[in-house]
Amino acid sequence: MNNLVILPIIIPFISGMIMVVFRKNITLQKWLGVIALLSTGFVAMMLMHQIKSEGIQSIQVGGWQAPFGITVVADMFAALLLVAAFLVALACFVYSFFTIGNDKEKHYYYPFFLFLMTGVNGSFLTGDMFNLFVFFEVMLISSYVLITLGGSKGQLRESFKYVLINVISSFLFLVALAYLYGVTGTLNMAHLSLRVAEAGQDGLLTTIAILFLIVFSLKAALLLFFWLPGSYSAPPTAVAAIFSALLTKVGIYAIFRVFTLIFYHEPQITHVLIGIMGALTMILGAIGAIAYWDIRKILAYNVIVSVGLIVAGLAAFTYSGLLGSIYYLIHDIIIKGLIFLIGGTVIALTGTAKLKEFSGLIRNHPYLGWMFFISALSLAGIPPLSGFVGKIFITRGTFEAELFWLGAIGFMTSLMVLYSVMKIFMNGFWGETNMSIEMEKGSTKRVILPIAFLTVLTIALGFGAEGIHDYVSIAVEGLLDPSIYIEAVFGNNPIP
Amino acid sequence: MEILMSITVGVFFMVGTYLLLSKSLLKVIVSLILLSHGAHLLLLTMAGLQRGASPLLSLEADSYTDPLPQALILTAIVISFGVTSFLLVLAYRTYKEHKTDDLEQLRGSADE
Repeated sequence: MNNLVILPIIIPFISGMIMVVFRKNITLQKWLGVIALLSTGFVAMMLMHQIKSEGIQSIQVGGWQAPFGITVVADMFAALLLVAAFLVALACFVYSFFTIGNDKEKHYYYPFFLFLMTGVNGSFLTGDMFNLFVFFEVMLISSYVLITLGGSKGQLRESFKYVLINVISSFLFLVALAYLYGVTGTLNMAHLSLRVAEAGQDGLLTTIAILFLIVFSLKAALLLFFWLPGSYSAPPTAVAAIFSALLTKVGIYAIFRVFTLIFYHEPQITHVLIGIMGALTMILGAIGAIAYWDIRKILAYNVIVSVGLIVAGLAAFTYSGLLGSIYYLIHDIIIKGLIFLIGGTVIALTGTAKLKEFSGLIRNHPYLGWMFFISALSLAGIPPLSGFVGKIFITRGTFEAELFWLGAIGFMTSLMVLYSVMKIFMNGFWGETNMSIEMEKGSTKRVILPIAFLTVLTIALGFGAEGIHDYVSIAVEGLLDPSIYIEAVFGNNPIP
Repeated sequence: MEILMSITVGVFFMVGTYLLLSKSLLKVIVSLILLSHGAHLLLLTMAGLQRGASPLLSLEADSYTDPLPQALILTAIVISFGVTSFLLVLAYRTYKEHKTDDLEQLRGSADE
């Protein structure tokens, strides 16, 4: 029992509700949001230390024993993601102060941002499948509002597709839950893990597992990514950044949770399938990333490539593979937020997303240019920066599991990713300066702060990979051994 | 009884999928409603349709029906109600702005 566990859900939720009441008072909303995010981050870091010293923390909501009540569980994997999510959310929140515009601010932009965080944090912390569905919906409905807010033509068109695809995946989620409940008779994740282990994962349960894989793949853009490039090009920069940093990662988190805790008995079927889907995702995403001359499209396809790479570590299902996946997941949350913020700033400056229409930005904006350079190298996984550690461990994991093709594709697509972001750098920042400061449509004056914050983080995460190694390895041990999780949920209580 | 319900649910899914692939905005929304009806019925069916009293303790019966799926369905209904009403308003706005309800014409062009 530990009441801290539920605070990352409660704090953004309550502060969002307070913001709704003070609709006109934008200053109050900004301060309240920053305070709420900071305190969420503080709680998440405290949780990390508690988990390190005392093991997985859990709370039975309302005092009903698991599996009868709702359990909220914080293991190291969830806590690490909570901290990463807090960092990128803070940067995007501050970025939106300067860019989002008064109209959107007055129409509940900040409350919905915090409700989105409620959904994300809730999805990371919940220990119950149906609750995961509900938190997914909390997150998605906030994202529907954030993506449509403003109501321009392009936004309306793309968000209709976005809402549609997510309603269908939620419908499939319900169907999968119905089957799972019909077979096992429980919805608590730890209890499910026990029941599936007792019954042996037969054909029926494997089918249900694959149905869950399809549901979460739709959310995580794993192979089923056809909706993503359009949807992530539509919303304003701060919203696109938080979406690409967090929303697909929640889907990936769910895939990891389900396939390490519940359906881990038939890896030669499910995990190989995940590996194939990951490989195809990497290849198709990389092709998309090098094909376009539109900044938004290039960045959106980069989101897809990294999803494939992260699940490659799960497909390997070895210690190094999972270690790499978690490192890369943390890195990817930060770097995707960063690179979307920079891309959005460039578009705001030049007034166009087409790479061929501008060049030589580095003369007037050296800081922005070099920070983009750093984040491009980090994205590709160049050694001192944060992408390297994750990539190297994922590749090592796939080689250990003798999935050489998967590791090779991971390496190959890294080169394509590097080419795609360097294309932005060389065409946009180098060359003749064809735009004087007076001609620019925006300024980088204050938005440079959150961008610099995330750049420093990606450098620090690269150099300080050793520092968080203890935490990441605890998370991997938890993922490899479900009994730790089950023990934490049930404690000494009898298991029905 | 479960077999009959399964067939009904299958028909719901079939009709829903067919309408989902149509061109009109409104038909797509109707399909989502049908699909969610199917999913809710499936939840009810999968938990078993064995006979028993309604889950009210005052009835003092020997056995009750499973109360958990009913709670799940109630939650899912409210969520899908909220999403559907949002989607209807979104479709209305899209129609107002784009002057069309044909999804083929809502593809978007490169020069926007």
